[in-house]
Amino acid sequence: MSILIIAEHDNQNLSAATLNTVTAASDIGKEINVLVVGHNCSNVSKQCSQIPNVKSILEANSEEYKNFVAENVSKLIIDLSKDYSHILAPSSTTGKNIMPRVAALLDVMQISDIIKVVDDETFQRPIYAGNALSTVKSNDKIKIITVRSTAFEASENTGGSAEIKSINGSGDTDLSKFLKSELSSSERPELTSAKIVISGGRGMQDGSNFGMLEKVADKLGAAVGASRAAVDAGFVPNDYQVGQTGKVVAPNLYIAVGISGAIQHLAGMKDSKVIVAINKDEDAPIFQVADYGVVTDLFDAVPELDSKIN
Amino acid sequence: MKILVPVKRVIDYNVKVRVKPDNSGVELANVKMAMNPFDEIAVEQALRIKEASHAEEVIAISIGPQESQDTIRTALAMGADRGILVKTEHDIEPLAVAKILKSIVEKENPELVILGKQAIDDDCNQTGQMLSAFLNWPQTTFVSNLELKDKNLLSVREVDGGLEHMECSLPAIVTVDLRLNEPRYASLPNIMKAKRKPLEEISPSDLGVDTSKRLEVLKVEDPPSREAGMILGSVDELVDKLKNEAKVI
Repeated sequence: MSILIIAEHDNQNLSAATLNTVTAASDIGKEINVLVVGHNCSNVSKQCSQIPNVKSILEANSEEYKNFVAENVSKLIIDLSKDYSHILAPSSTTGKNIMPRVAALLDVMQISDIIKVVDDETFQRPIYAGNALSTVKSNDKIKIITVRSTAFEASENTGGSAEIKSINGSGDTDLSKFLKSELSSSERPELTSAKIVISGGRGMQDGSNFGMLEKVADKLGAAVGASRAAVDAGFVPNDYQVGQTGKVVAPNLYIAVGISGAIQHLAGMKDSKVIVAINKDEDAPIFQVADYGVVTDLFDAVPELDSKIN
Repeated sequence: MKILVPVKRVIDYNVKVRVKPDNSGVELANVKMAMNPFDEIAVEQALRIKEASHAEEVIAISIGPQESQDTIRTALAMGADRGILVKTEHDIEPLAVAKILKSIVEKENPELVILGKQAIDDDCNQTGQMLSAFLNWPQTTFVSNLELKDKNLLSVREVDGGLEHMECSLPAIVTVDLRLNEPRYASLPNIMKAKRKPLEEISPSDLGVDTSKRLEVLKVEDPPSREAGMILGSVDELVDKLKNEAKVI
């Protein structure tokens, strides 16, 4: 019995989170196969076939998979499931949407958001927004797992030569209809895979002040994020949110600007390698997790930082 | 139509969670409990739909120990019409929760089930999707905007790259995200009134649902703690540390 990974992509390019998921699968230690389900997604299959350690690629290319509607994709995965002992997907909004359906219909309990593989049936996962870590053993016949991508290194994406097999779709369930998406476009790196992230909080006071952070981000090749408070205040769109209920990031450098450090925000960034906090309130909880803190007005500090990095 | 809203009793989100010394779980004794914040948003949305005359009845259901009736009373005080407590002694997993909800849906025939997208204790994010799969109803998860037109549900979902607009017909399952609404506070008269609203009590075995656990918790532990950092006097010093000590820029 082998492992099936559900590739995450936009029909053109494979997302980095899939490479982290391959590493988690390698830790389980069985033959790895990757499912590329989408529409006109052969480019993604080619990218997957380059990943070392992957045995074969299953490509289900059909119109009903174009927008990854959960009801359709989960049906296909269930049809394929009998050949596998483990089915893994990145713990993205797509994976979270699809995988519990698969688990329910196979009558197994999903293991959400794993951060460590102990053995092929035992995994560690955060609970209470990462304030505790739970090690769980699954006694189910098939393990349905979502993987927190920041907890695993990305696997290589060149040098492999997996075979690509075309498979049939399972048809449209006609349950939900995708109308349109409003995706944020940015030249900057993607938040969850960026090496450096600079985030703003309520202290930014206004959405237009995020321009200051963007200038620094562009110099550093960083992504721009935000706290829930900044998103709720309407300063920036929801997909900027770093935290328990937003995105979980673990870059080499995380710069928190005007962020107090609520538990829910810390849950999304405390595994960053180096944390910098800039805040005028010296009692802000963010300083308890920061490696370097500067207690000062961000409206002085950020332009100064901008002028002093090159 | 009827709307069913499951509500979970969890540790209040303001409380610092403590791991038990024997690593068997987190400390729940003498800890302030509250309704899962996402479920409050679900209750609020159900009430707004009712107030817009699209629904006649909002039913709050909780699965857990006797104390979970407090969580149901909170939903009733917000404005839900009646409650169902499915009483269990041990905590149960999303798979079993979804099975219990399925049998209640079959009994009550709601056209809409609105759930929080996840509970802030186990952070599983599974129940709504599982219930949808069991019922073979459409699911719309992580919803930040919801509009009901005749028997059609138009919704906006928060996804990693931005927003997604979806459409489905009723009956349907919706799981809600933070920005959908601001839940109301229950007024004192409504809290008093809630005490007289009907609250039915049943057990999983009444529904024929097996709630045995599939995941064995071997150990619950504290996450690794971070070393205390240093407060720097200037931005110059910060740039120097990042370049020469941490070597990250």
